[in-house]
Amino acid sequence: MNELPILSILILLPIFGIFFMTLIRNNNDQSSNNLKHTALWISFLNFLISLYLLFAFNQQDADFQFEERYFWIENGISYHLGVDGISILFIVLTTMLVPICILASYDSIKFSVKEYLISFLALETFMIGVFCSLDLVLFYLFFEGGLIPMFLIIGIWGGERRVYSTFKFFLYTLAGSVFMLLAIIYIFITAYTTDVSYLLDYNFTQNEQIILWLAFFASFMVKIPMWPFHTWLPDAHVEAPTAGSVILAGVLLKMAGYGFIRFSIGFFPEASELFAPLIFTLSIVAIIVTSLIALVQEDMKKLIAYSSVAHMGFVTLGIFTFTVQGIEGSIIQMISHGIVSAALFLCVGVVYDRLHTREISRYGGLVNKMPLYAFTFMIFILASLGLPGTSGFVGEFLVLMSIFSINTYFAIFATTGVVLAATYSLWLYRRMIFGALIKDDLSEMFDLTRREIIIFVPLIILTVFIGIYPKPVMDIIEPSAKKIVSQVNGKLN
Amino acid sequence: MENILHIIPEIFIFCSALMLLILGLFIKKIKLINNLSILSLLIAIALVINQPYQSIYFNSYINDEFSSLFKIMISIGSIVTLVMFISSRENLHINLYEFPILILFSTLGMMVMVSANDLLAMFIGLELQSLSLYVLAALNRNSLLSSEAGIKYFILGALSSGLLLFGISYIYGFSGNTNFNLIAVNYNSDSLGLLIGIVFVLAGLAFKVSAVPFHMWTPDVYQGAPTPITAFFALAPKIAAMGLLVRFLFNSFGEMYLDWQQIIFFISIASMMLAAFAAIAQTNIKRLMAYSSIGHIGYALIGVACVSSEGLRSLLIYLMIYLVMNIAVFTAILSLKRNDAYFENISDLSGMYKNHPFTTILVALMMFSLAGIPPLAGFFGKFYIFVAALESNMVFLAITGIIASVISAFYYLRIVKIMYFDEPKEEFDGVNILTLQVLFYPSSFLVILFFIYPAPIIQFSEFAIKSFY
Repeated sequence: MNELPILSILILLPIFGIFFMTLIRNNNDQSSNNLKHTALWISFLNFLISLYLLFAFNQQDADFQFEERYFWIENGISYHLGVDGISILFIVLTTMLVPICILASYDSIKFSVKEYLISFLALETFMIGVFCSLDLVLFYLFFEGGLIPMFLIIGIWGGERRVYSTFKFFLYTLAGSVFMLLAIIYIFITAYTTDVSYLLDYNFTQNEQIILWLAFFASFMVKIPMWPFHTWLPDAHVEAPTAGSVILAGVLLKMAGYGFIRFSIGFFPEASELFAPLIFTLSIVAIIVTSLIALVQEDMKKLIAYSSVAHMGFVTLGIFTFTVQGIEGSIIQMISHGIVSAALFLCVGVVYDRLHTREISRYGGLVNKMPLYAFTFMIFILASLGLPGTSGFVGEFLVLMSIFSINTYFAIFATTGVVLAATYSLWLYRRMIFGALIKDDLSEMFDLTRREIIIFVPLIILTVFIGIYPKPVMDIIEPSAKKIVSQVNGKLN
Repeated sequence: MENILHIIPEIFIFCSALMLLILGLFIKKIKLINNLSILSLLIAIALVINQPYQSIYFNSYINDEFSSLFKIMISIGSIVTLVMFISSRENLHINLYEFPILILFSTLGMMVMVSANDLLAMFIGLELQSLSLYVLAALNRNSLLSSEAGIKYFILGALSSGLLLFGISYIYGFSGNTNFNLIAVNYNSDSLGLLIGIVFVLAGLAFKVSAVPFHMWTPDVYQGAPTPITAFFALAPKIAAMGLLVRFLFNSFGEMYLDWQQIIFFISIASMMLAAFAAIAQTNIKRLMAYSSIGHIGYALIGVACVSSEGLRSLLIYLMIYLVMNIAVFTAILSLKRNDAYFENISDLSGMYKNHPFTTILVALMMFSLAGIPPLAGFFGKFYIFVAALESNMVFLAITGIIASVISAFYYLRIVKIMYFDEPKEEFDGVNILTLQVLFYPSSFLVILFFIYPAPIIQFSEFAIKSFY
């Protein structure tokens, strides 16, 4: 069973789809529908394969599974893939969100459909590659390569200020990542390899660790994003098409969180411990400041974007507690945020497709016309503010618990973020959904279509399921999280 | 007589250039002469591959792995230029049979350059190459820009040759030899005269590779010269001059590298930084490519400044990738044609993807590759340059390099932005002619798919630097 190179198949299938789609002409509605169906089926097939991966995954084993290793560039830099309990959920999240995104853009993308779908499939390849690769150069290749399709998605199909936003997105991320490239090169010439499973056992000296940690941090803090380098995110979200925002919030931000767990903590435990207070401070500032900024937003997407920054603050808090709970909580928080924020952007997309505005004040009283939509939106708003019984609660709870065990003051400040999240989310909900339907142009609004229901149902099920019964998810994460924590503690002592 | 066998490729190119020159006088079939020139260059590549590695003529002329690789790259650059010439010769008013012959002479000069192990052989090769290039730059006599380019290049080139010759005389005077290896044996490291000689020779060579502060000719010549010749400037002479620079520095002054390392260090940083900023304001795509090539030479010079086997290896990897990327980009520039008129302004690319989706995505990927974004080939070039830099503890150079690469990403992205995000204009002819297609598609696919298995290029580069380390 393990003979099958399943991870390579996951990575290459979208490429195969791209090749197939370049052969399809795109000159009328019929052919563009064919293209959409092809892309949808390819990505759905990829989702099924990733489900198989999840099914075949051995939950007791904390080591890397489904490993593939081929000679690639030279000795020390190989094509090395593998998953463990930390990365496998992100792969499934990615393969799940891509078909949803493609389905969500069936009607909203009006021109250059072929290029759009090809960009999305290329992006899927890069995203899966990031979570699978066990070689730093390969990781960097996928990590940075994803910028190209995302640059085009925001730039071509985005809103009015798309050029500014996409340049900001690209250059911010690139500027952060090049330092990571230098760090990777440094690792290569000191350890003679960039193989992750080898480097996890390698001991860097303390000075090396500090410099390398900072270089990785430069890249991940821009990508996750942490205050004060978060400003590209609201811009990119606002201008990106709905599906672009979904992927950006759902997966691209998680790459950095994954990187923190895998590389920053795994390779440089001493430096991580040294810099943990810095991370805590920045995270708490991010949680409080961006929540307050979210309160005053007039634009729905901007509000959700700022709330993403706040939620990612919880993730970084949890990771740098070096506890099993904290790391588990961060991963669940990321998965949950991947589902919930993706769903929230889709919810925004639903009304945007109808009214073509994202201004909150243009809406109000939607519950009268769109009861199903109001219900869906409510679930995700509640999940976003971390109501018990939704997936958002599990992650935040675990993270807060772990931070409490480390430092009470940090925990108290972090908890205020939960209150603020409730404030801005519920207020957004009230302004949009409740009240009387007095605005004229809202009378034309219609409820969710069948396609939109198909999109939302799996997300709702997952949100509630993880919230009520998180054990299956935690079972997958736990062995690997324990292993990382014990490794870190072993190196620290 | 035996020695002649070792310079068979050079002799072959020389003879075929002379014969084609006579042939051109009597039959005015330019296409035939061009095709025969391509054929003779192909044969020359085959001869280079089968050449034994040996140094001849009292060690003043070396055939080794290094020179063979450079000769192949140079020949490929020349062939590409000649293929571009076929489709564009009439519209660009350069329909002259001298074109392929001048390219052949120039190629011959460059082959001598990369094999030269003697100051005189070096100068002969350099001048043969340069004189042909002066004429080529001004080939379109009716165009003011082309004539300006030719004159400018000639005056500045003559000046640089003068500096070079001055430096050569100093080196000869203070070491008593013209042979690179003998200079290395006989020099006196305290000698100020030698240092002056090195500085002047380096100034002359920096002019040839167009490194800052000797780059001023590049944008004007790139813009003024007809596009196939611009492509030739970008492809062959720089690579050849780089090979010569390496041989000159490593063979004759390999042990006193501390004296010249800082010079290379400086011109490398200056080239990267100046190019990154100056290119942002360009409106003409050929001018932009001129600054781009200055920047790329800056990166390649990091490989020289490292003075290590990793440095040389990365230099070769970088030059090979640079060659392929430039082939694709210049072919694309040549395809910006509408009703027999060529377009060179960046704004003319506006919205190009609506009319030419496939070509545009390839050009966009070339831009990303030039910017060094993975997984494209340009990234691997930069990756190995930085590996070499960090291995030689040149952290400052590496950090400057990555900062410059982020800044330069901006102007490459600007082209992508104009092609994709702006309003479309009229349709171009596009890459519709076979001669352009055979250049554009293979080179761009090579750049895009390079990441699948880059090992051969890297091993090949390691093989090629054997004679130095």
